[in-house]
Amino acid sequence: MKKTEIDKNNVLLETKNLTKSFGGIHAIEDVSLYINKAMINALIGPNGAGKTTLFNCITGFYPPTKGRILFNDEDITGLKPHQITETGMARTFQNIRLFAEMTVMENVLTGSQCRYRMNILSAILNDKRTRDEEREISKRALKYLRFTGISKFANHISRNLSYGDQRRLELARALATEPKLLLLDEPAAGMNSNETKGLMELIRKIRDEDITILLIEHDMRMVMNIADTITVLDHGIKIAEGTPKEVQKNEKVIEAYLGRRRQTA
Amino acid sequence: MMQDIKKWAIGSLWLFILTIPFLGIINGLYLLVSLIALAILYLIYKSFEQGISDIQYKIFQLSIPSIRWPLYSVIAILVIILPFISDPYITNVGTSALTYIVLALGLNIVVGFAGLLDLGYVAFYAVGAYFYALLSIKAGLSFWAVLPLSAIMAAIFGILLGFPTLRLRGDYLAIVTLGFGEMIRITLNNWDSLTGGPNGILGIRGPDMLGLSFSQPYHYYYLIIIIGIFTVFVVNRLNNSRIGRAWIAIREDEIAAEAMGINIVKMKLLAFALGAFFAGMAGAFFAGKMKFVSPESFTFFESVIILCMVVLGGMGSILGVILGAVVLIILPESLRGFQNYRMIIFGGAMAAMMLFRPQGIIGNIKRRLELHPEDEKILKQETESLYDVEKR
Ligand SMILES: Nc1ncnc2c1ncn2[C@@H]1O[C@H](COP(=O)(O)OP(=O)(O)OP(=O)(O)O)[C@@H](O)[C@H]1O
Ligand SMILES: [Mg+2]
Repeated sequence: MKKTEIDKNNVLLETKNLTKSFGGIHAIEDVSLYINKAMINALIGPNGAGKTTLFNCITGFYPPTKGRILFNDEDITGLKPHQITETGMARTFQNIRLFAEMTVMENVLTGSQCRYRMNILSAILNDKRTRDEEREISKRALKYLRFTGISKFANHISRNLSYGDQRRLELARALATEPKLLLLDEPAAGMNSNETKGLMELIRKIRDEDITILLIEHDMRMVMNIADTITVLDHGIKIAEGTPKEVQKNEKVIEAYLGRRRQTA
Repeated sequence: MMQDIKKWAIGSLWLFILTIPFLGIINGLYLLVSLIALAILYLIYKSFEQGISDIQYKIFQLSIPSIRWPLYSVIAILVIILPFISDPYITNVGTSALTYIVLALGLNIVVGFAGLLDLGYVAFYAVGAYFYALLSIKAGLSFWAVLPLSAIMAAIFGILLGFPTLRLRGDYLAIVTLGFGEMIRITLNNWDSLTGGPNGILGIRGPDMLGLSFSQPYHYYYLIIIIGIFTVFVVNRLNNSRIGRAWIAIREDEIAAEAMGINIVKMKLLAFALGAFFAGMAGAFFAGKMKFVSPESFTFFESVIILCMVVLGGMGSILGVILGAVVLIILPESLRGFQNYRMIIFGGAMAAMMLFRPQGIIGNIKRRLELHPEDEKILKQETESLYDVEKR
């Protein structure tokens, strides 16, 4: 049976009173949340709620103004993005950020090489150990290209892929770093309904590989369909969390979404 | 097509107006006419482009590997026997071209691979040259002992000057590196007690070997060939390694590269250090060959020429950069008569390059392959070999 409650004994990621301010404006304020292992956790909220900012804090791109981040019971606050990747976190970006001039394969190789040493001398000498490692790196890259269903494009320049396939490639590249936690920033943005369906299947498949997912998404149907837990941000503040059913009924959430809609209308 | 014509017309007019002060109206009109002639040639080229690119592709196809190796062998033999089939003057031009190949390949690490626009690269060339000059004059050390030390010294300078620029990008990085380059030159120019100021350092010992001291142009020619081969070997290996991939990832998207676990501070410093390393080697060679160094040899103009070689040939492509260096050394040599217009020709060529072929002469072979999806044999082979890997 699938667990759908937030279980404080099964926590992979925890933020404690996380605050990030940009010159007096609190993009996120005092956010404390738990992310459970091997679940699909959604993070929702109106535009400008601070979702991406929260991602940037967790993955080390922004140093938090206040608060702490615990990952696997280790304090990772203040680590650099590449160190955080090494601890087992990977992310995608709201605006696709591929290595545009590289081939699809090379993009994923860049991800999968992160668990191997980088040494000038062995690069120049290209000794047996280095070649063996290089073979393992390609093996892994290929595994993720197949997993995400884009292995047929292995030798294409990545900028020439369709939008949906670029999103998949970004996913493959993130998976290739072998994360325990995968943060996806609006992976379905700009996809048609068919592509979105495929993506949902893929996300479930990733969860079944025991990779925990934290997902920002605006497509409510998708979120309600796929998420085990949902956290709602509004104006940088966490206003609700729980199962999709609980969140759907929550007054504050309804107000945040409807209130905003009334304003913009 | 229309766009290209417009670009060309505006470009020509701009060059015409810009050069009136020193060419005069009449000569300027000649220039304009020749530009129009060039434009017509270009249009003819364009209309055959598909055909030409098909031919290019066929050639490229043949070149794997049945033509490539014979072709390379012929070029290699020509390069090796050059001093015997020509005069010392040509040998010297060859030596100079090879020196610039080493420099351009070094700069290519910084600009082409890691994408860091460095306009002060000549500073590391100067560091290498002065380091050997000083150790030769003051400590009497031999060329062979100092050659690697010069390279390492330049690499240290690469790290020192690279460090403050780590957070800068694009234009800002270019301006700061330009400043660093000038700082080094001005220091050399004014530190009379150590560097001899504008008079430079005279009487540097040349290299010797088995009791034979280098005296003939071809001695230096063969030495720089060896340094060149070493450079190509190392740069090629780096390019095909995890390090090369990390550099290109940084060039393509720094933030995504960080998210892939790449330590960008370390990798950028490594690019600066290795780029400077080869400049330092070239510098020591230059000092040993000329037996004289002065700040005049290390002006901003040198940085610009080396950068042009990298850009002209195709940033990031080793073959392209070599081609760029050869073209930019041999062309001006063969156009001695146009000495005064060299800068104009340079500038015009670079501007035209940026407008019409931003990927450089060689460009990206992978992309060219992809443009012919109907001919996917090579792609398939490549993919299959990848799948083989998995079966093992
Ligand atoms: N680097 C920054 N500098 C200044 N302000 C920022 C910065 N990044 C984000 N903000 C501000 O923080 C607030 C939250 O932005 P954020 O991008 O996190 O929202 P979001 O929830 O991801 O919105 P969206 O759904 O539109 O992606 C916004 O008001 C934004 O302007
Ligand atoms: Mg966002």
